[in-house]
Amino acid sequence: MGKKKEVDDRFKKFGTVSFTSITKTNDFIDFLEGGKVMGTRCKDCGLVFFPPRADCYQCLASNVEWFEVSGKGKLLTYSELKFAPVGFQDDVPYCIALLDYGKYKIFGRIAKDVPENEIEVGMEMKTVVNKTSNEQLNYVFQKV
Amino acid sequence: MGKVAIIGVGQSSFVRSYPGSIRELAFDGFKESMQDAQITTENIDASIICSAPEYDKQRSPAGVFAEYLGLNPHPTFYVESLCSSSSMGLRLAYSLIKSGLHDVIAVIGFQKMSEISSSESQERMGRGADIQWESPFGTMMPAYYAMYARAHMEKYGTTLDDLALIRVKAATYGQLNEKAVYRKPVTFEMFTDPESRLAGPVASPLRVGDCCANADGSSCVIVASEEKAKDLCKKPVWILGLGAATTSVNLPGRDLFTGLTAAQQAADQAYKMAGISPKDIDVAEVHDCFTIAEMMAYENLGFAKPGEGKDLIKSKETYKEGSIPVNVDGGLLSKGHPIGATGGSQIRTIVLQLRDEAGDIQVKNPEIGLVHNIGGVGLYGNVSILGR
Repeated sequence: MGKKKEVDDRFKKFGTVSFTSITKTNDFIDFLEGGKVMGTRCKDCGLVFFPPRADCYQCLASNVEWFEVSGKGKLLTYSELKFAPVGFQDDVPYCIALLDYGKYKIFGRIAKDVPENEIEVGMEMKTVVNKTSNEQLNYVFQKV
Repeated sequence: MGKVAIIGVGQSSFVRSYPGSIRELAFDGFKESMQDAQITTENIDASIICSAPEYDKQRSPAGVFAEYLGLNPHPTFYVESLCSSSSMGLRLAYSLIKSGLHDVIAVIGFQKMSEISSSESQERMGRGADIQWESPFGTMMPAYYAMYARAHMEKYGTTLDDLALIRVKAATYGQLNEKAVYRKPVTFEMFTDPESRLAGPVASPLRVGDCCANADGSSCVIVASEEKAKDLCKKPVWILGLGAATTSVNLPGRDLFTGLTAAQQAADQAYKMAGISPKDIDVAEVHDCFTIAEMMAYENLGFAKPGEGKDLIKSKETYKEGSIPVNVDGGLLSKGHPIGATGGSQIRTIVLQLRDEAGDIQVKNPEIGLVHNIGGVGLYGNVSILGR
């Protein structure tokens, strides 16, 4: 019997349902487990990426470093879903949203405990790590 | 190299659930276009099949259709750009004919969405966006477009009432379209009536009435070189301008949330190629998968300034008698949206208009028409300008 091949499929832990298991940005999951939401930055040209990328299209290098998403972002837009695609029905209603951090933007969900009538475009929010009801990992936006 | 023409158009009825297989569905649209062009399969030297994958089980549908429609042994191509697949097919046909490789090409769009459930279909469509970083949050098309609607309302004061007017217009003409899925009348009041299904929430701020329905359907456009068109066809409709553009698949990679940059860029290219401006368009078909999508199309195509799309619909300028009639066949909101077939159906409407053969929905004496067809959440933008 040969040695069992190790498969690094950490990314299958991302979100209520993950559609990707193997990526060069798998460390993103370890950072989530440590309570951090991270993006990447190209060490050669300084371009900043969120969502994180392993490869820089500008200088064609794969020489990126991680940086932590911190501070506040501005809510650009959002929508509350009353119906959900297959796999997400247990979560409804939930809000998907986009935060603007200036140098980058983040797509995610608004935290469940923020009622829709308190959500306003332009409000400041922060991004925090979250455990989903099915024990998966993602991040959500909270009021500041 | 000469011009390129459309010499035949056809589509199946768009229905909730087609009682046949995908090759049989494709036959319906193909047959109508061949009868319209009054040609036989002997005249066709290539085919282009257009759809979005994962609704049915067939891998490589192009080969299957080429056999079923009697198009062997000529080559066939499979083109995919989600909901704008068949407009992208038209672009490919144009370039294949311009290159001299082919003379007469059938561009066949199809989708049989009823092979899967509605919530499975939402999941498939959601996966037309970024599956690594966005789909895990539970995304779907109505919610993405709802985010654009929210941004448009915040920036320009557009209201849900303005959006309802677009659906009322669509239904005005949908009732006249015997190939449409939704042919019932829709009134403005239905959007405020809690008993009405159309007023029900889907993804805030969009309601059921703001969304088009899934459908099964096929379409076919026969494209020919100038020489063949003059030989085979009495009323060729000429391709005057084509534009195509893309943008970031994920929303963080974008800067504009009140319009679709790929549509703006595709429109600019098409106007430039045709040597015309927005005011020269006599009739248009735009991709109204959601009411907000039509509103943004008015602005992205230059029919209205950014933020002023609502004035066009309020003043009924986009009705049949208005200054720029839009979607007088009922649009996707009435016809339903069988992804790969939609662009071909839009092209068919404009071709019939330019030939003065549009019946009840005929616009007065149009010379130039435009088709705006979008794939995904503005991921792919295609604009085609046609003239008689």
